[in-house]
Amino acid sequence: MKRNRVIIAFIALALVLFPLVVKSDYYQHLVILALMWVVIGGSWNLLAGYTGQVSFGHAVFFGTGAYAAGILANKLGISAWWGMAFGGITAALVGLFIGWVCFRLRGPYFALATIAAGEIFRLIATTWESLTEGMVGIMILQTFRSKLPYYYLALFLAAASMFVFDQVMKSKWGFYFISIREDQDAAESLGINTTLYKNVSLLISSFFTGMAGAFYMNYMAFIDPHVVFSLHYISIMAILVGIIGGVATIWGPALGAFIMIGVQETFRSSVFGLAPRWVSQSHALVFGLLVMFVILYMANGVVGDWPKIKRLFLRRP
Amino acid sequence: MIAVSFFEVQEISKRFGGLMAVNGVSFQVEPGKIFGLIGPNGSGKTTIFNLINQYYTLTAGDILFKGKSIKGLKTHEICHLGIGRTFQVVKPLKRMSVLENVMASAFCRVNTFGEARKLAIETLDFCNLLSEKDKAAKSLPIASRKRLEITRAMATKPELLLLDETAAGLNPGELDEAIDLIKRIRDRGVTIIIVEHIMKVIMSISDRIHAINYGQTIAEGKPEEVANNREVIEAYLGEAYAEGGTH
Repeated sequence: MKRNRVIIAFIALALVLFPLVVKSDYYQHLVILALMWVVIGGSWNLLAGYTGQVSFGHAVFFGTGAYAAGILANKLGISAWWGMAFGGITAALVGLFIGWVCFRLRGPYFALATIAAGEIFRLIATTWESLTEGMVGIMILQTFRSKLPYYYLALFLAAASMFVFDQVMKSKWGFYFISIREDQDAAESLGINTTLYKNVSLLISSFFTGMAGAFYMNYMAFIDPHVVFSLHYISIMAILVGIIGGVATIWGPALGAFIMIGVQETFRSSVFGLAPRWVSQSHALVFGLLVMFVILYMANGVVGDWPKIKRLFLRRP
Repeated sequence: MIAVSFFEVQEISKRFGGLMAVNGVSFQVEPGKIFGLIGPNGSGKTTIFNLINQYYTLTAGDILFKGKSIKGLKTHEICHLGIGRTFQVVKPLKRMSVLENVMASAFCRVNTFGEARKLAIETLDFCNLLSEKDKAAKSLPIASRKRLEITRAMATKPELLLLDETAAGLNPGELDEAIDLIKRIRDRGVTIIIVEHIMKVIMSISDRIHAINYGQTIAEGKPEEVANNREVIEAYLGEAYAEGGTH
């Protein structure tokens, strides 16, 4: 217990000092993205890992958060920073709607419905040009030239989201979420309003994912439907972050975010320019292989199967 | 003035397509008693439980708990009203520990982690399952799983408890423990409706027994009355026994 606290304090300190030590914009950028993915992966994990409602549509909330902030800045001239709160709330409202529609379905059918929801939102964002500028996308002016403010904001968001998820999972809600995952009928007969608590889980999950989306808008200063509503780059990535790090663990998605950003960047840059250019085209393939490997050999992810990994490397007799 | 009965089902029916699984069954349960529900396989016992806790919706009839209709409520609301149930096919929350299983249901009555833990431990102790509290629910043998079902239902502090074949699959020693537990639950003032196939259990603990077959009532009365009823013997053992019997 005490050792864990020391490790957490050490990680926190390292992350706080990182941009002061590493001045490279490029590496700061990667860590900012990883921190953003800590938020999204954790959100996905709350809904899918703990509550058992596997979403293939988290791009809906990410994109909604990003567009809420972007449209606020673009149409009304209000700073996109206000959009951080607005983005989270808008995404949560969309979450309620999606829940109302999709929670009538269970298991794989729910998952399929969320894929459909993601595609519907992408098409709306593409077609409703008067509101979203369609494929042209939304561009705003970045508030800061330095990456430092964005870095610390992302760090704060990541830490805050993990704190909230941890507290939720230690409360009555957490017990209810896991009960619903384990057996919805049994949970209902134990007095758990499964419809309500699935929506509570979705609400928290979509709120934080929307915040991450609004942050992305502020940070990147440009969005278009194919990026923020992408099935591949957002929805599937959220799942990969969750399962590679470790489903239904607090630290899993956090670690998964850094691993996935690392893997993605390694391949996107063709192993930092050392490998032939076609390598950069193959990152989807590598993601697929990685998922197969994790499912076959580490079904509980890096954090969930940590004792197993430790045994493998230490080979204690 | 007519006294309000504690629990009453009035002419309840459930139709699944062309099949009347339950057809016009009525009974009343007095508080503090153990009420047995018997019938051959497929006669509609579990369906009646599913109707009582509103997992299925009634095709016809009404169910009154303390004088109020509970028809149309949600399953989780039934639990909050004070009607707990166990499942014939046990449904442990597998990847949670025994203690966590019971805590999850204790949250029905309390709100904080500490209170839930306290209530869960008390209930586990009462049901003689405290020694297993840190084990994963999926690792329990069947007898303990059945006991966990009861413990979980008890942690919701029910006034009426529906026990669905909690003695099935137990060995004689475990059976005696189960009977003892059911009696202790009754002594706490909890009213029990029990579905059971094992006659040793149902005959020895029930105050009244209601027998059904093909979804319809065939007899109701004290255990010995029902055991000697011609239609009950026919339903269980066949016509030859009913006719050749000594009654």
